[in-house]
Order: sequence, then C-alpha cells, then structure tokens
Amino acid sequence: MTEPMLTIRGVTAYYGAIAALKGVDIDVAKGEIVTLIGANGAGKSTLMMTIFGSPQARDGSIVYDGRDITRMPTHEIARLRIAQSPEGRRIFPRMTVLENLQMGAAVTQFAHFDEDLRRMFDLFPRLKERVSQRGGTLSGGEQQMLAIARALMSRPQFLLLDEPSLGLAPLIAKQIFAAIGELNRTEGLTVFLVEQNAYHALKLAHRGYVMVNGSITLSGAGRELLEREEVRAAYLEGGRH
Amino acid sequence: MPQTPAADAQASTEASFPAAVRDAAVAALIALGLSAPMMGLVPVQSPQGLVLEQRWAPVAIAVAVVFAGRLLLNLTLWRPGRVKRVGYVPPKLEAKLAGLARFLGPLAIAGAVAMPLLPFTERYAIDLGILVLTYVMLGWGLNIVVGLAGLLDLGYVAFYAVGAYSYALLAQYFGLSFWICLPLAGILAAFWGVILGFPVLRLRGDYLAIVTLAFGEIIRIVLLNWYWVTGGPNGISGIPRPSFFGIDFDRGPDGFAATFGLDYSPLHRILFLYYLILALALLTNFVTIRLRRLPIGRAWEALREDEIACRSLGINTVTTKLTAFAIGASFAGFAGSFFATRQGFISPESFVFMESAMILAIVVLGGMGSQFGVAIAAVVMIGGFELFREFSDYRMITFGLVMVLVMIWRPRGLVSSRSPSVFLKEKKAISGSLVQEGHG
Repeated sequence: MTEPMLTIRGVTAYYGAIAALKGVDIDVAKGEIVTLIGANGAGKSTLMMTIFGSPQARDGSIVYDGRDITRMPTHEIARLRIAQSPEGRRIFPRMTVLENLQMGAAVTQFAHFDEDLRRMFDLFPRLKERVSQRGGTLSGGEQQMLAIARALMSRPQFLLLDEPSLGLAPLIAKQIFAAIGELNRTEGLTVFLVEQNAYHALKLAHRGYVMVNGSITLSGAGRELLEREEVRAAYLEGGRH
Repeated sequence: MPQTPAADAQASTEASFPAAVRDAAVAALIALGLSAPMMGLVPVQSPQGLVLEQRWAPVAIAVAVVFAGRLLLNLTLWRPGRVKRVGYVPPKLEAKLAGLARFLGPLAIAGAVAMPLLPFTERYAIDLGILVLTYVMLGWGLNIVVGLAGLLDLGYVAFYAVGAYSYALLAQYFGLSFWICLPLAGILAAFWGVILGFPVLRLRGDYLAIVTLAFGEIIRIVLLNWYWVTGGPNGISGIPRPSFFGIDFDRGPDGFAATFGLDYSPLHRILFLYYLILALALLTNFVTIRLRRLPIGRAWEALREDEIACRSLGINTVTTKLTAFAIGASFAGFAGSFFATRQGFISPESFVFMESAMILAIVVLGGMGSQFGVAIAAVVMIGGFELFREFSDYRMITFGLVMVLVMIWRPRGLVSSRSPSVFLKEKKAISGSLVQEGHG
C-alpha cells in the first residue's frame, strides 16, 4: 500500500451526551480521492470537523502525515498544509472575492499569492469575473467555487471537502467534481470528500466509505460500492442525480 | 369582472378606511389606559397629607394625539399596498458619493486644522471642538473592536476610565509628566483590554455584550469604592495640565508665551489641547487604516464574518480577538489621559454606562467599520447634544427619535459602503444595500 496521508482509528465524538461518532476507522493514502457517503445525520460532517479538531475526538487517534493531530487546536491543524472547505461554504459575505482568497493564503504568508491567484482563476474563471464583488452577492455555485478556491490558496497537500454539490445545479456540481478530479490527477492532491450525492462522489473517488449512525458500515473501491445492492438501495434509488 | 390595478388600489384604500379608524381607536384606547394613571392622577401634598389630584386635560390631549397620529400614519405611510422603498441609493449615486468621500476626508481634516485659527472662532467653539474630537477618537477606537472585529463591547468606557485614572494617579503619586503617562495609559488600558478579553473569548453577540457591560460597571464601582487610592466619589483634582513638551502654559518667565516671545493668553493652552486631541484622533485613524490592510486587520474582519471559517483557515482566533480588544482599549486609554489632563479633575461620574452607550451609538450610527461615517456621527451627536443644551429635558427624546429614524432609513448606518482593503485593478466600493440586513 502507498504512503498513508490520514489514519483515523477508533474515533468517537460527542455533542454533550449524544454520540455522533461511535468508533470510526478510516484510511486515506497519498494521492487518493476518498469519499464518505451517508444519510442526513449520519455523522459525516462531524467527522470532518473532528479531523479539524472542533469538536475534538473523545477517544481514538487521528494521525495526519505522520503526526498525531487528535488534540491539536484547529488553527494549528490548518497550518499543516491541510485545508478544508467546510459545510455551508462559510465564505466571508461582506468581503470581496479577492479578500476571501487572500484569507485563504494567510497560512502561507502570501509567499506565492499572485501565482496561486492565477491558478484559481484558471480553475474557476467565474471567480475572475467576480473578483471585486462581495462574497455574499455571489450565486450559490460561485460561492462554492470560492470556498474551494479559498481552501486551495493555502497550497494544501490534503483537501477536505464537505458536500461541495449541496444546493447546486447538476451542471455546476459536475464542473466542481471535474475540477476536483483534475487537481487530483495533475497535482496529486489528496482529497477526502463528504457527499450526499453518492453517485457522482463514488464515480469520482478511488475508494469510498459508507457511514450509518456514526459508524462505518461499508467500504471499498468507489465503483465497487456503486454496484453494491445495499448502497444502491439506500443512496441511489430514485434516480441518478 | 376584471379590474384595473388602479381601481383595485382605490377599492382597497376605501375598504381600509374603517379599518384604519378602528386601528387608531385601539391605539387611543391603549394610550388612555397608559396615560390615565400616569398623567391623569397626580399625588399632591396638601394639609391633609398626600391627595390624588385628577387632571384629565393632558390625558385627553395625549389620547387625541395618539388617535390622530395613528390614523394619519394608517392612511399615509402604513397604507396597505403602498410600495416601499427602503434606504435605496442608486448605485451610480453611491459610487459618486464614494468618489466624493475621498476628497471629503482630507477636506474635513483641513477644516479641523484651520477651524481654531479662523478670525470668527470663539473659545466656545474650540472647547466644543475638543469635546467632539475626543468622541471621534473614542468612536474610532471602538470601531476597531465593534466595527472591524465584530465584538459588541458595551463597556468601552472602562478603558477610557483606566486611561484617565492612570494619568491622574501616576501624576499625583509619582509626579510623572503627561508625555510619559500618555503611552503608559495606553499600555495599561491595553492590558485591561486583554484581561477583559480572556474570559469573553468564547462569547459572541448578546452574551459578550452583557459581560462587557458588567466589566464597565465593575471598573466604575471599583473606582468609586477604592477611595484611599482613587478618592472614591470625590475623584482626583489638581491633575497637572499638559505642557508644551516640558514648557508650561503660564505667565512665568519660562512659560510658553515668554519662551516663544508671545503675549500671554489663556487661549494658548486651549489651542494646544485642541491640536493635541486632533493629532491623537488622526493617529487612531491612521493606525486603523493601516491595520486594515495588514493580515491582522483582515483577520479581524474575517472574524466578524465567520469565526469557524477563520479557524479552519489557520487563523488563531484567540490572539486575533485579544489584539482587537487591546488595540481598541489602548486608544481609549490615550483619550482617557487626554480627558484627565484637559479637565484637571476626574471622578467616576464621568465614566458611567451612558458614555459607553454614546460611543457605541456613534459607531453604529456612523456605519460600522466606516471611519468617515463615525466622524460624522460624532460631530452630529455631540454637536447636536450641545445645541440642544437649552432643551435638556427633551435631549434624550430627540436622541432616541434620531436613532429610530436612522435605523429605519439607513439600517447600516450613515456611511454603509465598505471599501475593500485590496484591489486587483480599480477601486470599487460596494453598496451596503446590495447585501441583506444581518448578513454581515
């Protein structure tokens, strides 16, 4: 097996007395796209946030690139070339597109800001058109692009994406998945993708995990999972998006 | 039967007239209920002891005013089907105003510099100018905390008090001069800013407001009760006046007038104070504008927008918040020590909650984050307060009315456009009306 990027072992997380994660094991190797699918409230986003240290895992360990980050504060994790496009986009609505991107580059001390800015505009030409517009005035798809571009401005080697297709037109969602796939192929970016849009996510990913009620119930290669009867029944029936 | 929209509107207006009267009658009834005990019955001292005197005329007037006013509003502003246009400024006009503002800023500064030297300027105007500029400075300082970092601080006057007492106590007990105490006051206030900052790190919004409010009161009550150091309610008097970098403003042979070969005039000190506070205020403005363009300033703004996103972008929100509190507080500290040296006497009475509310009102009315708006708001509020001195009974009513009106017509403050801190090619201000209320 290739070098591991992220190793999650027996992680539990709680909101008060409610267990959101009940002992999760996940492996992501360098250069892989791994997706995590599951229904609403399965704990997908919680796992995403737990990797970033808020809420912190109660038990278990999270090892990233050879370092234990289980008890690290969020902002220090973000400085380890690991970037996150959080659930609900969370762009800065009153700041311009350019300022948003600048915030993404804060970790790198703006060492290669201009170059990275050009790269983002090549990847998402729409952002270039909107560069001096306020983040809050962008459309949903553009905001999602901005959120991903902002995360990429820190030159991560590992990108966490939480539901990038949420609330987007199918065409835009497709564009975004295409952009993620391209970054993975050309730059070897490792991606951990949380999705409800199981069909697209599993098609894109090398491997996938299925989460139910805070536990991993299934795992395997992306296309294999797509063929599995239980996955089809639970997440795909009712039409491919 | 098809109806034209005009006829439709006509019909709805006619139909709404009885409804409007009914609504006004209900309002009048409520007014009667409220005013009858409060205005109609007055306890009067008489030989038989306290008796209740009945005065129904004012009650009748109040009820009539409420009925007529409510009816008028129902038929005009609150008419059903009326097309609303709230605070809309055409983008072209907004851009023009923004362009104008670029000249307006330097123009206002030039005006402030020239004002005391104009031949018709009286001493009263200079005194008022000093007062206004103090509030401009406080507004700009609080703007860092509230406008940029988005931390609602209701106890800002505490840092003003710390600055004032720092200078007063250091001068009284150690005989330190104003120019040594000024930076010390700033540092001490910043220190207290951090002390306040630590416990409120996890709080936002309403909760933060309550804790900062309490903090402001704690400082005031400590000053009030720690009388063997602060003099308690008697305050501290005989605070040394500022010197012109070591040269006193007095009649003596070493005084300012004698040193520079001028005739002695008490106005020299006033002028000096005026330019001193002008310089301090401009320093605050300059530092704020510079900080906005530095990573820390952008981090403040990002923190105001979304704290979770900030953290996941690698920003240490703890230090970001603490620096905002510390820098905001230090400017209040400077202003405080200036206040002490100008007044020559301070007591806890100058640092009540009303002052915090006033400064916050200046920031909110001016448009949070806008330097120019805050300056205008300070001039209008403090200047307006002075103008209404004759009608001091109605000052608070007018103040409240102005607040309500501004919040209806300009809900984001007088100057609501925020100019970006970084540009690709051209400068472009973004209209506040493009962004929904409450969305940043």
